[in-house]
Amino acid sequence: MPTPTAEPSYLTIIVLMAAAALFALTPLALARLWAMFYSPRKPGPDKNATYECGLESKGDAWIQFKSEYYLYAIIFLIFDVETIFLLPFAVAFAGLGAGAFISLMIFLFLLVSGLVWAWKKGVLTWR
Amino acid sequence: MDLRVQPQNYFVDEGLKNELQKQGVFTTTLEGIYNWGRQNSIWPLQFGLACCAIEMIATTMARYDLARFGAEVFRPSPRQADLMIVAGTVTKKMAPQVVRLYNQMAEPKYVIAMGACAISGGPFKQGYNVLKGIDRYIPVDVHIPGCPPRPEALIHAFMTLQQKISAQELTGVNRPRHLNAEAPSEFVVPKFGEHDLEPPSNPSVWKPAALTRA
Repeated sequence: MPTPTAEPSYLTIIVLMAAAALFALTPLALARLWAMFYSPRKPGPDKNATYECGLESKGDAWIQFKSEYYLYAIIFLIFDVETIFLLPFAVAFAGLGAGAFISLMIFLFLLVSGLVWAWKKGVLTWR
Repeated sequence: MDLRVQPQNYFVDEGLKNELQKQGVFTTTLEGIYNWGRQNSIWPLQFGLACCAIEMIATTMARYDLARFGAEVFRPSPRQADLMIVAGTVTKKMAPQVVRLYNQMAEPKYVIAMGACAISGGPFKQGYNVLKGIDRYIPVDVHIPGCPPRPEALIHAFMTLQQKISAQELTGVNRPRHLNAEAPSEFVVPKFGEHDLEPPSNPSVWKPAALTRA
């Protein structure tokens, strides 16, 4: 008669979790106790201010700025990927089969259509 | 000067303490262990103002090895630093930033004024744009002369500071500033005024000895 597998006990995990929580919380509690008895808290306008390398922070961090950079990033990607695939394509061009040729042409068409889209959108005109 | 850390005036009788130590029982006080911990983990703020900073960098490197004193962890934020090493010439343009950084450090905090410029203005004392010593605005614990001071001098300053920390009392009227609720933690940040910094010094910090002429 095979022995029945023991019921999985979560007790070990609970004990471990409690130990981990205590490990983290005890130093914090000790520090708080120490502050209560000996070392008083001393907040101030400078100490509570945002750290900005010693300078006074000016304005809000939630400012908005124009993000046109994504267009350059996309176009860079087009040319970058194109170059990577065109070089081996050019080297192996003579020995390629019809299937490989057509699939690479489809790939090129997709990239070039992206370039056409960007051109029509006027991205390539420097402002 | 004998730079070994002096034994503290522990409440346990010194003879009894030695006797217990022979048996493998070590006794200490809360004050002693608190100071021992603090004096061996002084984390400096990572910034340098002028050529003294090069000597400070050399001190942290392998040849001089500041890590022996537990002080090699230079912190890039004042929130995590215990010690400000004012390493170099403090221009009047820079002084407000230095004082603000000091204000932003958490207590307990200490200051080492490193080099002739930081303690007095040094060779640029006559300059219109140089602060004549950072101790006009923030309380300096250790002054190091030299132009620039060698790494040994900075290490000497660290040991002096360690001695100072080990002698600090936890309670009582002589307790240090960070244990005293009434003592200030922030000091006035000077403004860059029309002719000079305003105010030109902080009288609660800077108390120069009166010059007596014969």
